[in-house]
Amino acid sequence: MTTTAKPPPAERPATTPRAKARPGDRIFSRSAQVAGILILVILAGVAAFLVREALPTFTADSSEIDGGEGFFSYVWPLVFGTLAAAVIALIVATPLALGIALFISHYAPRRLAQGLGYIVDLLAAIPSVVFGLWGIQWLAPQVQPAWSWLADNLGFIPIFTGPASATGRTMMTAGLVLAVMILPIITAIAREVFLQTPTLHEEAALALGATRWEMIRMAVIPFGRPGIISGIMLGLGRALGETMAVAMVLSTGGFTWSMVTAGNNTIAAEIALDFPESSGLKTNTLIAAGLVLFAITLAVNMFARWIVSRRSEFSGAN
Amino acid sequence: MNLSIVRRTLAPVAVASAAALVLAACGSDPDTSNSSNEDTPDGGNSEGTDGDAGGESLSGTLNGAGASSQESAVQAWIAGFQGQHPDVTVNYAPEGSGAGREQFTSGAVAFAGSDAALDEEELAAAETACGAPAVDLPLFIDPIAVAYNLPGVDNLQLGPVTLANIFNGTITTWNDPAIAADNPDATLPDTAITPVHRSDESGTTENFVEYLAAAAPEAWTYEVSGEWPSELPGEAGAQTPGVIAAVQAAEGTIGYASAAAVGDLQTAAIGVGSEFVEYSAEAAAVVVDASPRAEGRAENDIVIELARDTTESGAYPIVLISYTIVCTAYSDPAVGDLVKAYVGYVASDEGQQAAAAAAGSAPISPELQSEVQAVVESIEVG
Repeated sequence: MTTTAKPPPAERPATTPRAKARPGDRIFSRSAQVAGILILVILAGVAAFLVREALPTFTADSSEIDGGEGFFSYVWPLVFGTLAAAVIALIVATPLALGIALFISHYAPRRLAQGLGYIVDLLAAIPSVVFGLWGIQWLAPQVQPAWSWLADNLGFIPIFTGPASATGRTMMTAGLVLAVMILPIITAIAREVFLQTPTLHEEAALALGATRWEMIRMAVIPFGRPGIISGIMLGLGRALGETMAVAMVLSTGGFTWSMVTAGNNTIAAEIALDFPESSGLKTNTLIAAGLVLFAITLAVNMFARWIVSRRSEFSGAN
Repeated sequence: MNLSIVRRTLAPVAVASAAALVLAACGSDPDTSNSSNEDTPDGGNSEGTDGDAGGESLSGTLNGAGASSQESAVQAWIAGFQGQHPDVTVNYAPEGSGAGREQFTSGAVAFAGSDAALDEEELAAAETACGAPAVDLPLFIDPIAVAYNLPGVDNLQLGPVTLANIFNGTITTWNDPAIAADNPDATLPDTAITPVHRSDESGTTENFVEYLAAAAPEAWTYEVSGEWPSELPGEAGAQTPGVIAAVQAAEGTIGYASAAAVGDLQTAAIGVGSEFVEYSAEAAAVVVDASPRAEGRAENDIVIELARDTTESGAYPIVLISYTIVCTAYSDPAVGDLVKAYVGYVASDEGQQAAAAAAGSAPISPELQSEVQAVVESIEVG
């Protein structure tokens, strides 16, 4: 499906007479170039803005920063919360998304696969505020007993230390909401990659006597691995930056290891909650926190790129 | 299974899903709308055509920004005012008190709403922007209710010290002797108490903790600010609906929120002197009238120093006063006339009743009303 990409001009055989460039060619190539440069300019602009606005935070006296102990001690619990929520979301969403993708690409009858694909994609179009409302009003009370159980029975594990939140609005719940939100992203990419598995590989596996599951394990998943990873990384990026759903669902507070009590906060939610009433240095601090998030997301994306490019011999997936 | 057929038939799905993905990526991040100001007025410039001061047919655009606490009241005021003057458009961007004061003192908007009066620095900046001193007018008085979720216990009564100890985590169960002492007739369960506070910085929090610090200074030793002390236990909800949702979600919860927002939740009567007072518009107005003016303010600058520890009978001490901040002179007559007419309407009986109906606020007393009207009259235009 995505094999329509034109070969790069460099690979054009030298014997072919050079086609005369028509205005359409020039206009198109120029506008594509402008678009490409524009995205770099925008990104650089955002980065420059963040750095400029964040600078006062780093030069300010540490007692003036929120919390009174400098920017680092202000931001690390937020970084922890951001990563914790995203990791919970990935742990829940990844197996589910791969299952859905495999079902759609290899198991489901055609009609069902089509319908299911649409429905999963639809999930991606729901605004995060709606997920937040759903999380706070429906999901949190439903899962609260589970967190209470974890706190009562597995409380010796630091992440399940009690007492569990009475309203169920915990990191675990926020992670679950995030999982639902990133599910369509991972599913859509994994599905596309699975569908691109060369038919010959699959047929060869089947011909050698593999069951369908063995065929998927031997042919589909190895082929799709870079795609799966980039899908997961895209999902992770979304989970890291998600703001409104977390701000609404999570009962924010100071740092705690426990994922089943109230407490912790994410960078994005902290910015959304505190920015409207902030002024002066507090605004700078929030923007500096945004800069940290920017850096984390950038690192995640570069890591994903690196993994994908490392296995680019499989093509198609990147 | 012939995969090429599957592929061919799934191709449109794939394209559609890719498109959906792209759309989602673009459209799924509306989160910043909280902090950005899409419909920010481009300054207080009136687009009015008639420069006639005091003309009967007002027209033009008036821009304000500020506290989200008064948003529903401001919407009622705008609706009422625009009903009287169909050619006028009033915009109010509820971006928060701090943002409102900042925009006002930089001259970006013609009036601001704020849960706190201008401080000295801001007054100086506003004087530069206005070309004349700015004044704070207390036009929105909002009782803050203490809402709780404890089936079987009606008419809960809480003295200030008990309330402070509940919110600072000293009292952890509902059948604590201190609560029982405030409620001799009630049967209290041994449910654990989950205090709920705001997770965002807010004027509601600031007024609530200011009350606790004033009425129960021994029990409440934390810094008074719009941010809840982070060392305290309890749950947090984002903005007023978040607090209400958290209180509704579980038994044993207790939280504070603008009285208009508590809906069908139970609310506690608060101990004042020797009696317990339920929140009401009248009780909130009583405490405002019983409170002295802040010292060191300019003549027309009406800033109220709320007497949180009042023992005045029938006064409900947990209230939020949100000010409307205006210049005492406007160089652009079109803007000045609009401000005068609009604020005059807000301070009128009609305006105050509209806010009471829409936002559950307490109408200001007739004395305060006439005082504000006099200030509005004195605004110089042109």
